[in-house]
Amino acid sequence: MNLDLKKLELRKVNDALQNLDRKKNDRSFTILNPEGSHAVCAGLTDELDVTVKGHVGYYCAGMNQNAKVTIEGNVGTGVGENMMSGTVHVKGNASQSAGATAHGGLLIVDGDTSSRCGISMKGIDIVVKGSVGHMSAFMAQSGNLVVCGNAGEALGDSLYETDIYVRGKVKSLGADCVEKKMDNKHKKNWINY
Amino acid sequence: MCGIVGIYLKSSKLEKSLGKMLSGMLVNMESRGPDSAGFAIYKNEKNKDYKYSLCISDLSFETFKKQISKEIKVSSLVKNSDHVILKTKEKPSKINEVLSKKFKNVSLVGYGKSIEIFKQVGNPSDVVKKFNLNEFSGTHGIGHTRMATESAITTDGSHPYSTGEDECLVHNGSLSNHNNLRRKLVKNGSVFKSENDTEVAAGYISDSLKNKNLKDTLKSGLNDLDGFYTFITGTRKGFAVLRDEIACKPAVIAETKDYVAIASEFQAMAHLPNVNQAKIFEPEPGVVYSWGN
Repeated sequence: MNLDLKKLELRKVNDALQNLDRKKNDRSFTILNPEGSHAVCAGLTDELDVTVKGHVGYYCAGMNQNAKVTIEGNVGTGVGENMMSGTVHVKGNASQSAGATAHGGLLIVDGDTSSRCGISMKGIDIVVKGSVGHMSAFMAQSGNLVVCGNAGEALGDSLYETDIYVRGKVKSLGADCVEKKMDNKHKKNWINY
Repeated sequence: MCGIVGIYLKSSKLEKSLGKMLSGMLVNMESRGPDSAGFAIYKNEKNKDYKYSLCISDLSFETFKKQISKEIKVSSLVKNSDHVILKTKEKPSKINEVLSKKFKNVSLVGYGKSIEIFKQVGNPSDVVKKFNLNEFSGTHGIGHTRMATESAITTDGSHPYSTGEDECLVHNGSLSNHNNLRRKLVKNGSVFKSENDTEVAAGYISDSLKNKNLKDTLKSGLNDLDGFYTFITGTRKGFAVLRDEIACKPAVIAETKDYVAIASEFQAMAHLPNVNQAKIFEPEPGVVYSWGN
């Protein structure tokens, strides 16, 4: 079903997606014309499949549970912040604090993220196909951050138990972040994933 | 908070719609700054007269016209709400002298050969309507919607700040060393009209531009200006963007073959032509980006 934000109020669209009839079989939605709106698809709790066609603003798919949200564009600050489960897939770039404080689920960013990606993450898995900006995984507590490109300054500053994997170069490590060679233990984690 | 916006045209075909593009950007940034708004428009002028943007406040246009014509030779005087654009061959020192002696309630908002600045307290959508921004044409423009933090909601406390010929600055953020810096700049001869931190940054840039180009000026700003900021600074030929190295204050740039737009949030430029085909990116912290010059 298409939901056009040029015609429908965002609050109503979010409300409808948050309170979908459990017996309803049509669980696939496309959001059109987001035009940089904030909090698109925030607070979804059901198993839904939502595709957003265009660029969105802040806190897209925040607090997500169970839903799969795909954004065919760029996202602003705090995509998937505090998400618990489900999948959020950004086809473009993400701004600051992607996946901040998130407890679970999977966040994929095809492009780059700017600073503080995975700040205070608490169990989410974040995969960034491009590079991450400065202070990524700041105070990250658990979960995995996988960066296919490079990482900016002070990666993993004040880190707790999050594992960070970087394919490219790291500009500098933050306090408490220790570089290790990937061993079998790490590889096993990913085989089981 | 505060919202900042800017647009620079790469080709002349959009010049007539510059005001409309900028106006939409300001209105979309109302949520970031409902207290006051302002904008600077740069125009290609054939005439080499100085243009002075003046806020005449409560003074009637007719009275001002009569009185100013007695003091100086006026080429033209155009009213726009409570602002006027005064064109004359007179130099800024003369105009400042006349204003301070004879027109206590008239403030000089900006001057140059190309720039026109309008700013006022109130909701951004009311402010752009009041000054009829939709009808403006020009080569580039910058604007600001203000959520006041460290100084009062007044016209003088509104952005853009202009402290030099055809220069202006808008700022999202706050500076923490502006009082010290103001003292130093005042010693060197700078004059400030408000308690505002951004005016100090504008003064710093104008002062530094006497010896350096814009890019080097902004680079030295990274050491000398302490605080949080995303700046857009306009000059006759274009504009430049700088974010502090912590980069808490947002900015997003959209570039097409026809224009470069910058705003605090993408939603400010969602209405621009072909923006979905634009190259969209966030300016990196501590890096100077400039267009036109």
